[in-house]
Amino acid sequence: MNDPIWLMLVKGVLVFVVLVLLVLFTIWFERRVVAIMQVRPGPNRNGPFGLLQSLADGLKLAFKEDVMPRTADRVVFIAAPVIAVACAFTAFAVIPFGPEVNVFGMETELQLTDFEVSVLLILACSAVGVYGIVLAGWSSGSTYSLLGALRAAAQVISYEIALGLAVLTVFFQSQLMSTGAIVEAQAQGLPLNIAGAEITLPGWYFLVLAPSFVIFVIAMVGETNRAPFDLPEAESELVAGFATEYSSLKYASFFLAEYVNMVTMSALCVTLFLGGWAAPFPNSWWPGANEGFMPLVWFFGKVLAFLFFYVWLRGTLPRLRYDQFMRLGWKVLVPVSLVWLMVLAAMNIGLDTDNELPTRIAFAGGAAIVVMALIFFWPSRKPYEDPAEPDTGLGGFPVPPLDLAVPPNPRALRELEPANTSAVPINGSRPTDKGEEE
Amino acid sequence: MIDLAQTVAQNASMGESVFFWILAPIALGGAMGLVLARSAIHAALMLAITMMCLAVFYIMQSAPFLGFVQIMVYTGAIMMLFLFVLMLFGRDSKDSMFETLRGQRLLAVLLGIGLAALLASGLARAVSGMTIAADPRWATGAQTNVEAIAEALFSTYLFPFEVVSGVLTVAAVGALMFAHVAKKGGHRGQREHSRERFAPGNYPGPKPGPGVFATSDSTATPALRPDGSIEPASLSEYVPPRQLTAAESAPKHTEGRDA
Repeated sequence: MNDPIWLMLVKGVLVFVVLVLLVLFTIWFERRVVAIMQVRPGPNRNGPFGLLQSLADGLKLAFKEDVMPRTADRVVFIAAPVIAVACAFTAFAVIPFGPEVNVFGMETELQLTDFEVSVLLILACSAVGVYGIVLAGWSSGSTYSLLGALRAAAQVISYEIALGLAVLTVFFQSQLMSTGAIVEAQAQGLPLNIAGAEITLPGWYFLVLAPSFVIFVIAMVGETNRAPFDLPEAESELVAGFATEYSSLKYASFFLAEYVNMVTMSALCVTLFLGGWAAPFPNSWWPGANEGFMPLVWFFGKVLAFLFFYVWLRGTLPRLRYDQFMRLGWKVLVPVSLVWLMVLAAMNIGLDTDNELPTRIAFAGGAAIVVMALIFFWPSRKPYEDPAEPDTGLGGFPVPPLDLAVPPNPRALRELEPANTSAVPINGSRPTDKGEEE
Repeated sequence: MIDLAQTVAQNASMGESVFFWILAPIALGGAMGLVLARSAIHAALMLAITMMCLAVFYIMQSAPFLGFVQIMVYTGAIMMLFLFVLMLFGRDSKDSMFETLRGQRLLAVLLGIGLAALLASGLARAVSGMTIAADPRWATGAQTNVEAIAEALFSTYLFPFEVVSGVLTVAAVGALMFAHVAKKGGHRGQREHSRERFAPGNYPGPKPGPGVFATSDSTATPALRPDGSIEPASLSEYVPPRQLTAAESAPKHTEGRDA
């Protein structure tokens, strides 16, 4: 990346604008899609198809009164949303949008910056972004905010481990840690010789590293605090979690950070597992598909597909309980990632062409045996057995006993005025009225 | 040390020195703030700032892997654990400025300066006369920064690396053992809970809060069950129940009107 400074500035501003527009679009998109899934129209008043709804909401939030609690720690209270937003935007700097293009007579890549270990920048940004959440909760000076912040931070840190392990397998397979280079590495197909027929599969890592892809997608939803893992700000259970005391623009910036994180994580997943900006069909179909500005279409198409996936999850799945969520993270995702990483290492060493044939068979076969043994001996749940004798205690479970004495309704005890009694229709008489007649 | 510093200063590029002179005061300020901050959380945040500056220094000196790992591990994980613990202490806990031992503060300052001087002079003697090696990747034959680190970690320093990871695992498991409290009694499932709930003598519904179903909103008013009886759980055991006598509850004519 040897761009002149003006080009870097233009790229930086463009990345910022694209992110903000994508956030505005995503909020509208989410509300519309969820509305369609729930058979209602959704926002359709402001602008064509209600497209300007999120802009209007954002302006409304910005002009609201900015309240700061008296017990708040002033500096940290203001710094927390700034940290959250800054980290969210910085992470997007290393996402490659496309190949080298020619702008204003300059050969440049459609990527703000790239270096040897650029994927680590995204992980580092999400690690520092947790500070925004934790400090927001602490500096509010409210117990609810503090507890919400602890919940949120514990969630993000737990799922960061599974996310990191999934990313590790990509490093392992490609032996690269730069986003641009990983996209290029996926362009090479995977030649397979099945029963004499030469088939070239796409080299995208979601095929080669299918378990990592699944783990990454689950961890990514947990990492961005989205449904069904939106425990930190579960609107029907908590007020707003760590952001309870925030209002106006500061509250809006937490929202902005959440949606930018969603877009960044989708873009990272596309970059690592779905071939980045490469066209989703063989190069021979349309030779010009991966040149010039065309890859922008494929890239943003894939990112939008992921955003739809996020919305789909939200529209479909109920929220997990906190202990179920933690169990999924620590007892399923992390161990599976670790075992998969070991197996992948064994397979890669085993299938190395430098080895003797027996060595190759030993390593690859050993890894396969480990996987099969895990599948075979995985502790499964006890199958349900019918109880030997029916549960007759207290009239069965969980029904109240049949001989339960229902206490008389206090309303029935009250003497009703004649006018009220006559107002009750005879056909629709309720049990209380019966009690009255008796 | 001085020779080395001069050579470094001569070899540094323009951008590197600009960033150094911006970040070095911030890093030092963070370190000073760590010592001087009264609130534990502020001290921890200052330390985080210093760590971030150090990470940027690593990146500037063509060690990007080390820099980002510094951010992820130290700033992201370890400092976050510190914050977790400190946050639970409560916000009002501040360092006391009261000197328990006489002359302790002066002595601490003197000893601190002495320690700093000792470390600085030791370091200066160790690195004086050294020359800056060429790019480290040429020395080891590795292509990239990451490869060079991997080569050092998994060949030369493999045994210490494994020992350290073993020690850390033992420490983590030990901490878990100390913090773990075994549950007393067996696990009670949904069935047991439901049985208990519907057992004779127990009210199966949720307990109403004080004032619910009552004639008044006051917390002094006992809660009534849906059947009109008083819910005993809503009566405070510390407040003695008191019934007003007829004279007490009669109107007092305080408004100057006759009844």
